Amino acid sequence: MTAVSFQRPSALALSKKFRVRPGTVVSSLIVLVLLVAVIAPSVLTHRGPNAIDLEHTLLPPSLSHPFGTDDAGRDLYTRVVYGARESLGIGLGATGLAMGIAILLGFAGGLAGGFVDMVIARILEVAFAFPVLLLALLLIAIYGPSVTTEIVAVGIGSAPGYARMVRGQVLAVKNAEYISAAGALGHSRLAVIRRHLFPNAMRPLVAVITLGVGQSIVWASGLAFLGLGVAPPSPEWGALLDSGRMYITTSWWLEVMPGLVIVLVALSVTTLGRTLQHRLEGAAR
Amino acid sequence: MTAAAEATTEITNVTATGTPLLHVENLRVSFGDTEVVKGISFTTRVGRCLAIVGESGSGKSVTARTLVGLTGPNSHVRADRIDLAGIDLTRRSERSWRAIRGREIGFILQDALVSLDQLRLVGTEIIEPLKLHRWGTRTSRRERAVELLGSVGVPEPEVKVRQRPYELSGGLRQRALIASAIALDPKLLVADEPTTALDVTIQAQVLDLLAESKARGRSIILISHDLSVVARLADEVIVMRGGEVLEHGPADQVLHEPRHEYTQALLDAIPSEHTRGTRLAPTAAAPGVPGEKIIAPRARKAIDRGLPLLEARHISKVFRGPDKVDRTVVDDVSFELFAGETLGIVGESGSGKTTSARIALSLLEPTSGEVLLRGQPWSALSPGRRRPLRKQIGVIYQDPLSSFDPRWPVGRILTDALRTGNRPPSSNAQARARAIRLLEQVGLGEEHLASAPLRLSGGQRQRVSIARALAPEPEVIVCDEPVSALDVSIQAQVLDLLTDLQDELGVSYLFISHDLGVIHHMSDRILVMKDGRVVESGSADEVFERPRDPYTQRLLTALPRLAQV
Repeated sequence: MTAVSFQRPSALALSKKFRVRPGTVVSSLIVLVLLVAVIAPSVLTHRGPNAIDLEHTLLPPSLSHPFGTDDAGRDLYTRVVYGARESLGIGLGATGLAMGIAILLGFAGGLAGGFVDMVIARILEVAFAFPVLLLALLLIAIYGPSVTTEIVAVGIGSAPGYARMVRGQVLAVKNAEYISAAGALGHSRLAVIRRHLFPNAMRPLVAVITLGVGQSIVWASGLAFLGLGVAPPSPEWGALLDSGRMYITTSWWLEVMPGLVIVLVALSVTTLGRTLQHRLEGAAR
Repeated sequence: MTAAAEATTEITNVTATGTPLLHVENLRVSFGDTEVVKGISFTTRVGRCLAIVGESGSGKSVTARTLVGLTGPNSHVRADRIDLAGIDLTRRSERSWRAIRGREIGFILQDALVSLDQLRLVGTEIIEPLKLHRWGTRTSRRERAVELLGSVGVPEPEVKVRQRPYELSGGLRQRALIASAIALDPKLLVADEPTTALDVTIQAQVLDLLAESKARGRSIILISHDLSVVARLADEVIVMRGGEVLEHGPADQVLHEPRHEYTQALLDAIPSEHTRGTRLAPTAAAPGVPGEKIIAPRARKAIDRGLPLLEARHISKVFRGPDKVDRTVVDDVSFELFAGETLGIVGESGSGKTTSARIALSLLEPTSGEVLLRGQPWSALSPGRRRPLRKQIGVIYQDPLSSFDPRWPVGRILTDALRTGNRPPSSNAQARARAIRLLEQVGLGEEHLASAPLRLSGGQRQRVSIARALAPEPEVIVCDEPVSALDVSIQAQVLDLLTDLQDELGVSYLFISHDLGVIHHMSDRILVMKDGRVVESGSADEVFERPRDPYTQRLLTALPRLAQV
């Protein structure tokens, strides 16, 4: 009577459940290479990041210089490899800082409720309305451009969003029956928070955190492109973009190559984050 | 079938009571490779009610949904014939279904809370089918909405049409849903568990309403797991299990002289005054025959009427609502629970029974009054002083799944509870051994240690929940609607288990339920609560046989019963 639809034979459904998607494999490989670049960049390149070669400036990509060279004849590929550590550091640092602030505010608000919650909610709203760019400008004006400043700027800038998620999770989990069941068994309030509330509230956020790393790298690169990032000659990816800006009409690779790497890394980390999210949500209800 | 033929959907020629209205022959429904309805056939008649009875997974709801073309994506429906007074219902397009739904077939869903759009006015929801079928004018539709709400017994219908679903109680919402289903006065009403979420007095009103529709010559298909509800309305009964029809016949015969043993088991499993002190279910976990005496008659039950284990003295609880108005949810409630005894608290939703239970557990502090545990202060203690005493009082929730940390497997849930008890296990191996013993005590086994509660069935989950409550070796267990989420045969097993455990361990139960049958089956003494107050208390037999309070009397009359053979 209704539409005849054998949409998905169960064999296919099964394979879908256990199948590793190619996107996940590629992302894992990229992240793996990224980790090598962070830990031992010399494995991936024999040149030094700051080795100037004035005879070979602004060369387009070739076999000997896969990403081309910059205005000082430095191998762009090598600089990208060496920049991974700072860029990823900024990504992780900023996300970590944002989550730290978010957990503090989110749990304080969600657990305390009432007046405290209201005050925190208002603070978050103000923080939301405040442009991150302006905040970054302010911080850089005061402390000067550095990795730390960038971490702080991006971290504080993205904290309110996380804080709201954390608070929402805390509120949802706080009233769950297993929290009251644990209390009825005679566990102390602190034990209940530590053993039940915190892990259950944070679980859906694990994936969000990995997404945040990719996002923070993009954010930091954006700031650097505007000249608000790490000062040259640092090979941080955003700084590479910034220094290539002057040659954008003649030497496209100075922008395209680091930009491509940023996009790939952000995409990979995000893909892995999503995969993780699916796994975790599949395991939960 | 052509569009023109589809368009003629008006049924005019069917009026006389007993005339066949809907023919279904060899209906099969499958989802993917799984067939959930395996060839069922039936006929509904004008002015008659056909009931389809079965437990979860029997295919009864899918059957109902097929009749309104709402089986959903991924489903595959086949039938030799589905014919509503000459209209072929097989192979209809979604578009042509809309002409049938509401006008010819009204569909009443189980849960009005999720079936009504929370953001729309109740009146808008009710006139939706009128509007879809271009009935009347704007003004006349609005008047009709008020009229319909009034006709289903909603007080102040002119106010209610302007409210939103969440502002109404469960019973009112369900009646609004029925009003919407009968708005166009369809010939056939399909009611899927229409009273399951309702209190017994509201349930009685809804059943009366359906009976009235039936008397006016409407045909009703009633889907239910509750045989006593079915007994009240049905002329013909189909018993389904696993997508197959086990038994099909006149209601009198099926309910009183069932031919199939499964039907008999379903009937036996219904707790009531007649089943007191007897086993409800035949199970491997607790061998026995239904009807067999499992506990000594109440007189011989070891109840120690010395110092009460748990005593509530004039407890009251006042909540301040968002409108700053104080509401007394529990009003001057006192009770005593003795060792080895089951004290039942029965009442409808909003009667304050669950709040009383939470106060007894000291999860909530009473506004006034006091709870004593073994004659010692309990509710008056500070949380820190109370904590070490919590092992003496356990709790079983209505929905066990939500009472388990979703990350924890069964084993961890139990060992965690064991560690809070009087005799915490000294090693992991010992904890594991005792967790296994607990599982065995509730009819599960070692293989369930590693299971995630999510993967267990409803009955198994409630067994784990009971095992957890037993783990700290408490003297009192507060059971808050422990079986209301379970199928009747599973309910029977869980009730048997609770009785067995009381027999074996001498534990006392504070047993909260809205189900009078369950309360009568389980309790030694009963409190009847209404609007936060105890309106009647006494021994189970006193309360059920000679109710003094008018409310209790009303409850008992409203209770659908199976006439005893």
